Amino acid sequence: MSETTLNDDQDLSGLPLVDNPVMPYLRQERIPHIWCPGCGIGTTVNCFTRALEEAALDLDKVAIVSGIGCTGRVAGYLNLDSFHTTHGRAIPFATGLKLANPDLNVVVYSGDGDLFAIGGNHFMHAARRNMDLLVVCVNNFTYGMTGGQVAPTTPIGATQTTMPFGNFENPASLPFLADAAGATFVARWTVFHVRQLTRCFKEALGKKGFRFIEIMAPCPTLFLRRNRLGDGVDMVRQYKERSVLRNGADTKEVAVGMEGDIVVGTFVDRERPTWLEAMNSHFSSVLGDRYRTYGG
Amino acid sequence: MTADPKGVLTGVHFLDGDHAACEGALAAGCRFVSGYPITPSTEVVERFAQRIPMVGGVFIQMEDELAASITMLGAVWGGKKVMTVTSGPGLSLMMEHLGLAYITEAPCVFIDVQRGGPSTGLPTLPAQADMMQVKWGSHGDYEIIALVPDSPQECFDLTIKAFNLAEQWRVPVFLMMDEVVGHMTERVVIPEASAIEITERRWTKKAPGEYRPFDACADGVPAMAKAGDGHRIHVTGLTHDERGWPALTPKSQDKLIRRLTNKIRDNADALADIREDQCEGADVIVVSYGITSRVASSAVLQARAQGLKVGHARLVVAWPFPTTRIAYLATQCRAMVVPELNLGQMVHEVSRAVAGKVPVRLVDHAGGTVHDPKVILDCILGAAR
Repeated sequence: MSETTLNDDQDLSGLPLVDNPVMPYLRQERIPHIWCPGCGIGTTVNCFTRALEEAALDLDKVAIVSGIGCTGRVAGYLNLDSFHTTHGRAIPFATGLKLANPDLNVVVYSGDGDLFAIGGNHFMHAARRNMDLLVVCVNNFTYGMTGGQVAPTTPIGATQTTMPFGNFENPASLPFLADAAGATFVARWTVFHVRQLTRCFKEALGKKGFRFIEIMAPCPTLFLRRNRLGDGVDMVRQYKERSVLRNGADTKEVAVGMEGDIVVGTFVDRERPTWLEAMNSHFSSVLGDRYRTYGG
Repeated sequence: MTADPKGVLTGVHFLDGDHAACEGALAAGCRFVSGYPITPSTEVVERFAQRIPMVGGVFIQMEDELAASITMLGAVWGGKKVMTVTSGPGLSLMMEHLGLAYITEAPCVFIDVQRGGPSTGLPTLPAQADMMQVKWGSHGDYEIIALVPDSPQECFDLTIKAFNLAEQWRVPVFLMMDEVVGHMTERVVIPEASAIEITERRWTKKAPGEYRPFDACADGVPAMAKAGDGHRIHVTGLTHDERGWPALTPKSQDKLIRRLTNKIRDNADALADIREDQCEGADVIVVSYGITSRVASSAVLQARAQGLKVGHARLVVAWPFPTTRIAYLATQCRAMVVPELNLGQMVHEVSRAVAGKVPVRLVDHAGGTVHDPKVILDCILGAAR
């Protein structure tokens, strides 16, 4: 890295000015964002916007839906049709949006508490139905917005404000849940893996069905500090050291704890008819000419 | 404009109120329903599920009422006319999304077929005990419109009106049925599509970049855009400015919440719909709504047969409450009688409007069946003395 680092005394006048390539994808007027220094959410947004650029999608046909929480604020910063809904209900909102206008590429972007505690029921059923949504979960092990309470992902032993003597609840393994519920695409990366994550976003944006990406991200203010785990950079270093690439891994074997391997990669990639495809083909077969094929 | 003939089952039918409400929704242009089964409302969505494949649209049964009520809101921003249907326990779960629908100005219709409560209460038996919940049950200050049918024909007619009002004012509109109206079967006349007036959504005519999604027109209602139109809208349940962006200050809260409430409060007189029968010159006026108005009619006729001057004012629009008209009627009579299938809900609104000018007598009922008309008659006779 050192030989490419620019120093203050270098003459930059001859270099061409280049805009940050993610600028057109952000609502500039809404920056600065609310996220803390060292938070991993911004890194995931950076990867997502680069994937949008590489995927060359018609951005007027991409909509983003968030729930409530730190990650829930992502929708407001992206220059897309964007919806900031209620706590835990981003997936059913996105379900209605997608079914009302099937031309849209609908992305749900939210946190682990939002999607898997208060919203866990909706996650299971949308995956079961194979609703045509890309669901992105930024997993920071905690409730950041409300001040660091225990989450359904908090590893056993971690201290949180509502588990002041250390968490004793068994956490959920998100890829295992997604796989069991019927998701057609399940992947996990960390904010250390920016290139892999960008590629994963691009790949998932081009697929159909219920697609799920878990991204491990540090919450330096409320998870790392309380558990004396250092700052955001220390956690990214941990991600680098602990991550093990295992594409196609059995999702029963990919649970994450305070220590040990963080299995990353694409675990599930399969095809099933989406809810709308199933509805149209079923009604066409049983109702024949009486059925008005639904396309929006 | 007039109704899309695809959804209009023109003819004379023998329908219960639940089925008639479903036909009203289809005639009004509703092409998306997300629901969750609950007695005594389920027949509405069962009929919609049966009918919509041939009309063109979507029915989805969600995993709970929280999901049903927000899936509906997602479909609003996808461009559809939408509805959800429930009863008491489900209505309690939908309160959060009533608030989201209100603050995001999503045009939508909630049908509540009221049953006895609280909690699981009397699942198969009637009540009118959700009247205050729809007005006050979601947190924060808000206003809704609530229509109260007293027959299957009105379930059809008022469901169309509910959709039209939702589009006109961009507020959630409730159809407050009850188990008896929902399950009673009567003649329902469905007119030709060309005879049904439909209020279309107010789509913006502005170009992307010029359009501000929550910039209100002169009547306080903003024009709409849907996802995919190129406007890159942002819609949030947070207090927001005209652009739709979060604006978390007392000043922006004051501006937004006053505009939203004044849309309805300033138009309460125009929205009022009271069916009055011999109220001018009456000694006693009975104020009723829904199924109770049909029971009260019997008591009113018996009282008149005894030589009393009794008027009957039936509230077709319960919210916004027709304060001006009820206050006027209080100057025309010596007493008011309010029968309702609860232990006192709308009677508080009547008393507020009457403001002590005349006595207001409640004929309450804990629910489970309708009143005995004699109880209402006794109250009328007592009030007349």
